[in-house]
Amino acid sequence: MTIGTLTRTRGGVGESVRRVDGVPKVKGAFQFGSDLWAEGMLWGHTLRSPHAHARIRSINVTGALAVPGVRAVLLAADVPGKKCFGLEFADQPVLAWERVRYIGEPVAVLAAVDLETAERAAARIVVDYEILPAVTDMAAALYPDAPRIHEYGNVLRHVRIVHGDPDAPADVWVEGYYETGMQDQAFLGPESGLAIPASDGGVELYVATQWLHVDREQVAPCLGLPADKVRLHLAGVGGAFGAREDVSMQIHACMLALRAGAPVKMVYSREESFFGHVHRHPSRIWMRHGATRDGRLVCVRARLLLDGGAYSSSGSAVIGNASTFAAGPYEVPNALIEGTRVFTNNPPCGAMRGFGAVQVCFAYEAQMDKLAAALGVDPVALRLRNALGTGSVLPTGQVIQGSAPVREVIERCAAIPMPQEEARRDRLSYPGGAGGVSRGEALRRGVGFAVGYKNIAYSDGFDDYAEARVHLFAGPGGPIAEVHSAAAEVGQGVHTVLAQIARTELGVEHVVLHPADTLVGSAGSTSASRQTMMSGGAVQLACQAIREELFERVRRRARRDGATGTPVEALGLEGGMVTSGGVPVGHIEAYLDEPIERTRAYHHRPTRAMDARGQGDPHVCFAFAAQRAVVEVDEELGLARVVQIATAQDVGRAINPQAVRGQIEGGIAMGLGFALMEEVQVREGRILNPSFTDYLIPTILDAPRVEAVLVEEPEPGSPYGVKGVGEPPTVVSTAAIVAALRNATGRVLNRVPVRPDDLIGLSPPAASAGEPPLPDVPGPKAVPHYWGLTHGQGTLMEPE
Amino acid sequence: MLIRLKVNGQWREARPAPEASLLHVLREHLGLLGSKNGCEQGECGACSVWLDGDLVCSCLVLAAQAHEREVRTVEALASPEGLHPVQEAFLEAGAVQCGFCTPGLVVAAADLLARNPSPDEAEVREALSGNLCRCTGYVKILDAVRLAAERLRGRTA
Repeated sequence: MTIGTLTRTRGGVGESVRRVDGVPKVKGAFQFGSDLWAEGMLWGHTLRSPHAHARIRSINVTGALAVPGVRAVLLAADVPGKKCFGLEFADQPVLAWERVRYIGEPVAVLAAVDLETAERAAARIVVDYEILPAVTDMAAALYPDAPRIHEYGNVLRHVRIVHGDPDAPADVWVEGYYETGMQDQAFLGPESGLAIPASDGGVELYVATQWLHVDREQVAPCLGLPADKVRLHLAGVGGAFGAREDVSMQIHACMLALRAGAPVKMVYSREESFFGHVHRHPSRIWMRHGATRDGRLVCVRARLLLDGGAYSSSGSAVIGNASTFAAGPYEVPNALIEGTRVFTNNPPCGAMRGFGAVQVCFAYEAQMDKLAAALGVDPVALRLRNALGTGSVLPTGQVIQGSAPVREVIERCAAIPMPQEEARRDRLSYPGGAGGVSRGEALRRGVGFAVGYKNIAYSDGFDDYAEARVHLFAGPGGPIAEVHSAAAEVGQGVHTVLAQIARTELGVEHVVLHPADTLVGSAGSTSASRQTMMSGGAVQLACQAIREELFERVRRRARRDGATGTPVEALGLEGGMVTSGGVPVGHIEAYLDEPIERTRAYHHRPTRAMDARGQGDPHVCFAFAAQRAVVEVDEELGLARVVQIATAQDVGRAINPQAVRGQIEGGIAMGLGFALMEEVQVREGRILNPSFTDYLIPTILDAPRVEAVLVEEPEPGSPYGVKGVGEPPTVVSTAAIVAALRNATGRVLNRVPVRPDDLIGLSPPAASAGEPPLPDVPGPKAVPHYWGLTHGQGTLMEPE
Repeated sequence: MLIRLKVNGQWREARPAPEASLLHVLREHLGLLGSKNGCEQGECGACSVWLDGDLVCSCLVLAAQAHEREVRTVEALASPEGLHPVQEAFLEAGAVQCGFCTPGLVVAAADLLARNPSPDEAEVREALSGNLCRCTGYVKILDAVRLAAERLRGRTA
């Protein structure tokens, strides 16, 4: 029986297929949150606190209401439901009342016929503030005389990891102090969304976000509405990088729309965006590494301090991450790691690509170089000697069960050829070349190496499952699979990946994506490098369930047709056909008189939160990366250029190799920015540089060449063996670049971003004022345990 | 204030506030949303358009300055027959991620290749240095412009 020729399904797993949203994006036709429009739409605007810490005595909105065109002016008293929201603890006021705790905190929101009117009206709101003493230094927050930011004190979470004997003796010790600044995610498309009141008294919210369902779990209670009356739809997302994990304009736009009875659009300006989302936690880190004379790590002692600013955001998970990764991707038999995440009156900090692993990688890799120098051994050899592998025990007691090709990423990275010195150079290729200030008279080249790692998916016992629905039906030109997932496509390419998985599993090339919304179950967050594994896993499960049903139909029909029926052994799906033993036996659509729809959830392996001694099984799995940076420093100008980043990265399995490389290259650029230029400058709680004129991110002139090797060692239990890929490059590149800068200059460079003054010795290294007190001795009491991401609505309670 | 401008071949009128930018008029008055507002300060290049054939950041041009002049936007780059070779190359090279910078970058790259069909890498970097991209690290953008240049040269050869 010949049914037709079998062609392999194109566009499946492992192919560098084009993005599903690519054509509208290159045409300018893709609809981002800021492009939304509705008939009769009003514009929302936010009035924010000008003070880092103040009591609100009174607010007078009469002047604003008198401005023609203003339709609503709302204060805290107008919040219909719960007054606070938050990812882990609901401690952040929707609108401040009684007290403001940072500069930029929302105090009032307005809706008007256009943005200019709303802004003019906001200027007429009179807020009477009584300025209070502010805490703007993260260490000062830990002293007993510090003003309290919250009733429960100034510490969100203190993590203590005790492993082996922290007093173990070692032959050689190296010590270091490190600081990292506040980095902004600086996505190009500012916060934006459109809320439309619905006829059932609910609201439709179109918003650029990272996790629709956790937004809803925060929005609905604040609106005083049941969850099913708050329907979220993903608007086009102009980059995220962690900055869209927290709620920004979501609740405000819904409140205004419900009050005004009209659609309300809110779009932050670039300046407002710097105040409207959380940043990467600035850190201070003290580390001591002890080793044997032959280069085996014996003990790591680390004290970490993260400045979380005024509210919790995801800070308890960030300090958990920073603490668990503080010893690096190395076998460390003895460790004492103490990490504290404090509150201050600085802008709130939370998630950003790398999520706590970036800060400590900068520190532990500097320590490894120091140790190599102290021992007189090659830095790469020292790392190889101590590299983690499958079966290794981490400081938390967690045993790495999955893949851990640490030695392989180090060896393969180190084997990448060094870049050639260019014989003839364009002036632009010199550090500072764009300014025409150099012809390379004082150039010095440096090489640095770094290794780091990051957890994939959420940790500490949290089941961040992902659901997906797949619908297979007969279309006019053949079978069509529709994938419905709430996974937020933020540019990284998850929608393309989900389509690839559906093609491979169903043997169907025509895959369409249902818009992402809350009409399907949660996909979990687009963060922690988790969507390819989690939502990819959910689509794979749903497709497998569809295959079972389809095969059952094939078998049923074969039984009915008796001896003339279709062979039913070793059934498969390929190129639009049902196959038996690899031979086509029928068209898929011949079995789709009734469409098949299946909804499935993927759960990663369970994890266990850390106990009081930091022992547990906190992380699902790990992805590792090694990078070698080659830099040039102009020793007169203090300017640097990254010539090349060579990298080998553990990716598990590349579903879309081109997209994986895109993540690696983009992640490296973000780490480069952190190493050399990116810092939100905060003085006394005030952001000094909230613009792209003053907050610099890398341009194409700063972009290094990237030579990337993908190490594909499948992760057991993960769909196709995938691991996440977005974060490890950012974790490692800052450390690798600064190592190269140290190699070029011979300077300490213990703070990022590294400034020109640091490179030519005009300013001294960052100096430690000594480790701050541990929170329980003698400072305010720590929150004793971590409640976890229980649907974003945990309540921060007084310590029991 | 009434202004009249030729946008993508068609004369259009708008009544913006005197302080409105050309970008504001394109987006909020004329419904041309392809040009993006990323910074309002001419730093990110996401609003790049041609004004009388010159590449400009439309956020830095007062709407009044465009009166009686000709504007060409990203919406005019593709022809009814298909994408512009630069757009095609951006897709093929994987130079698109979130896509917010993409309209400005394809306009700037098309502008470069119209002036200089064989740019070397330094020239490409210089020409695109006013366009910020936060997602890609620019590697694949360089690939895309190289690819588009080859295709365009092949077409005219």
